[in-house]
Amino acid sequence: MKIVECINVNKTYQQGQIKVHALRDISLVIEKGEFAAVAGPSGSGKTTLLNLVGGLDASDSGSIVVDGNAFDQMSQSQLANLRLHKIGFVFQAYNLIPVLSAAENVEFVMLLQGVTARERQQRAKAILDDVGLAGKYDRRPAELSGGQQQRVAVARAIVSSPSIVLADEPTANLDSKTGEGLLEMMQKMNEEKRVTFIFSTHDKMVMDYARRLIFLRDGRLVDDQVK
Amino acid sequence: MNRRAWNMSFIKFRHFFIMYLQLAWRNIWRNPRRTAVILTAVIIGIWSMILLGSLMRGIAVGMIENGISTLTGHLQIHHKGYRNDPAIENSITDPVVVENALREVLPKGSSWTARVRVSAVASNARHYSGVTLVGIDPVAEAKVSFIGTAISQGRYLNPGDHNGIIVGEALLEKFDTKLGRKLVLMSQDTHRENASRAFRIIGTFRAEMEATEKQFVFVMRKASHKMLRLGDGISEISILLPGKPDNPEIYDRLMTALPSEQFEVNTWRELLPFQTAYLRILDGFMWIWYFVVFVAMGFGIVNTTLMAVFERMREFGLLKALGMKPWWILREVLTESFLLLVTGMIIGNILAFICIYALSGSGIDLSALAAGAEYAGMTRVIYPAVALKDIFVSNLVVLLLGILVSTYPAVKAARFTPVEALAHT
Ligand SMILES: Nc1ncnc2c1ncn2[C@@H]1O[C@H](COP(=O)(O)OP(=O)(O)O)[C@@H](O)[C@H]1O
Ligand SMILES: [Mg+2]
Repeated sequence: MKIVECINVNKTYQQGQIKVHALRDISLVIEKGEFAAVAGPSGSGKTTLLNLVGGLDASDSGSIVVDGNAFDQMSQSQLANLRLHKIGFVFQAYNLIPVLSAAENVEFVMLLQGVTARERQQRAKAILDDVGLAGKYDRRPAELSGGQQQRVAVARAIVSSPSIVLADEPTANLDSKTGEGLLEMMQKMNEEKRVTFIFSTHDKMVMDYARRLIFLRDGRLVDDQVK
Repeated sequence: MNRRAWNMSFIKFRHFFIMYLQLAWRNIWRNPRRTAVILTAVIIGIWSMILLGSLMRGIAVGMIENGISTLTGHLQIHHKGYRNDPAIENSITDPVVVENALREVLPKGSSWTARVRVSAVASNARHYSGVTLVGIDPVAEAKVSFIGTAISQGRYLNPGDHNGIIVGEALLEKFDTKLGRKLVLMSQDTHRENASRAFRIIGTFRAEMEATEKQFVFVMRKASHKMLRLGDGISEISILLPGKPDNPEIYDRLMTALPSEQFEVNTWRELLPFQTAYLRILDGFMWIWYFVVFVAMGFGIVNTTLMAVFERMREFGLLKALGMKPWWILREVLTESFLLLVTGMIIGNILAFICIYALSGSGIDLSALAAGAEYAGMTRVIYPAVALKDIFVSNLVVLLLGILVSTYPAVKAARFTPVEALAHT
C-alpha cells in the first residue's frame, strides 16, 4: 500500500538574487512499513523533501499524495489536521515543549487529537516504556539527555499510530553510540508496530540501519536501492 | 449536533481549556524577569488608575461636602430677588409662613435653620475688613452647617450671648486680636441707615478654607435683628435632607408649597456652580488619566510580549508542525497575557485599596504644598473617595485593552510558518 507518492516535485528558494533549486523532478513512492533513509550531503535537499512530504511547505510543481490525500487540493487548516492525525515528526533538536514533562509532551498531541484524559495517560506511559524511558515520565526536557529527548520525540511521533513518521537527521546531535541506540529503537518500533519511517542522514553508520536508501545530490534523486 | 457529539466536544473543550491555562501558566514562569516587567507595568497601571481616580473623586467629594456644609445645605429658600441682590430689603419678612410649609413638606430626619446674612465691615482699633455677618440660631445651625463642630478656641454661641461673636482663626490673626476683645460691626439697616454694634469675641472657628475663616462672623440671630432693625426677618433658610443630597421630589413639593412670586428655592447644584462643573468634567479627566496610564502600560506589554514571542519562534513552529492551527497558537499567547493581566490586576487592586485605606484616616494635607489650591475650591485635606464605577472601569480598561494590544504579538506568533521557525535554530 502506497503511503507517500511524489511525482515530478520541484522546489526552488530565492536566496537574495540567486534562485536555488532545492529539489528537481523528484518522483518517489514509499510503501507502508518501510524503513527508508534519505541520504546525501549537506545542502542536497533532504530537509526540503521531508518538509514537503510533511505538508510544512508547498512545492512549486508536481504532486504529493500522503495516505490518499493530495496536498495541492488542501487548505492550510486541512494540512494541519493531516499532520495532527497522520504524520509524526522528529527534528534534529528542540523537539519538545520545554514547559511540559516527557509524558505531557506525548499526551499533548493526543490531547489535540481529542483522546480522553485516562487513555492519554495510559498510552503515554506505555509508549515511553517502549522507547526505554520507563520511570522518566515526569522529567522536563531540560532534565533529560539529548538521546532521551529524541526518544521522547519518537514516542510522541508514533503514539497515535500515524501513517508515517518523518525524522530529519534525528541522530545528528547525538554521539554515535546514543545515535545507534535511537536507531535500534526506531527499528524495533518499525518491526513491532509496523510504523513507516523516513529519516534523513548524511552519516554512513545511520544509512546501514535503513532497509532502503534514497540518495539525493543537488536536489536530484540519484540513486534508490532496497537492501 | 446530537447530544453525544455535543458532550464530546464539551469535554474536549474543557481539556483544551485546562491545557491552555496550564501551558500559559508554566510559560509565564519560564522567564521570571520578563514576567516581572509585565506584572509591574500592570500593577503600577491599575494601582495609579484607581488611586489617582479616587483622589480626583475625593477632591470633588471634599469640595462638595465643604460647599454644602459652608452654609449652603442641600436646599435653600430665599425671598425672591435675594440671589441677584442680597440686600437687606430682599429678606423674608414673615418666616413663619415658610416654617409651616417646611414642617409639612420635609421628610423625617431633615434639619433646617434660618439665618440673617448681610455684608458688613468688621473693625477694631487697628484693622478693618469686609465680612459676612451671619445671625444664627445656634442649636438649629449646628445641625445644618459646619460651625457647630468647628470651634477651635473659646466656645460656641449660647442663647444668652447678646454681644458674643465668633470669628475665624484667620480673621483673629489678621486683626491681631484675641478672645475677649471687642470687634465692631457696621452695616446698613432696613431703613438704609448705618447700623453698628460692638461685639465681644467669645470663640473662634477653623474652616477647611482660609477664605471661609476670613469671611464669616457669627452672632445670635436676635442680636442681628436688633442691629439691623429687621424685626423677625431672615435672609435664608438652609435645609439638610436625610439620605442623598439630591431629592427632586422634595424640591418640587417645596416649589408648590411656597408661592413662586415671593420665594425662590435652590438646590446645592445651583448654589455651588463651580463644584457642579468640576463634577461634570471629572469623568473626562479620569478618561484622560486612564488613557495616559494605559498608553505607557500598553507599550510595555506589547514590547515584552513581542520579545517573548520571537524568542519562542521555534517552539511555535514546532507546535504548528505537530498540527496546531494558527488560531490555537493565537489563543495560547492570549491566554498567557490574560493570566498576567489578571494576576497584575489583582495585586494592583489590593495595593490600591491598601493605599486608599491608609489615606482614608488622615487624608493628604495639601495646605503646605499648594497655597493656591484653595482658590480652586479645593479643601485643605483630600480624602480618597471610592466609586465602584471608577474601579470597574479601570479594571475593564486594563483587561480589554491589555488583551487587545497582546493580539499583535499573538498574531505574529500564529503567523510563523513551521519551515521558517524550524530553520531558526
Ligand atoms: N528557507 C530557505 N531559503 C533559501 N534557501 C533554502 C532554504 N531552505 C533550504 N535552502 C537551500 O536549499 C538547498 C537544500 O537545503 P536543505 O533541504 O536544507 O538540504 P539538506 O537538508 O540536505 O542539508 C540548500 O542549498 C539550501 O541552502
Ligand atoms: Mg537538513
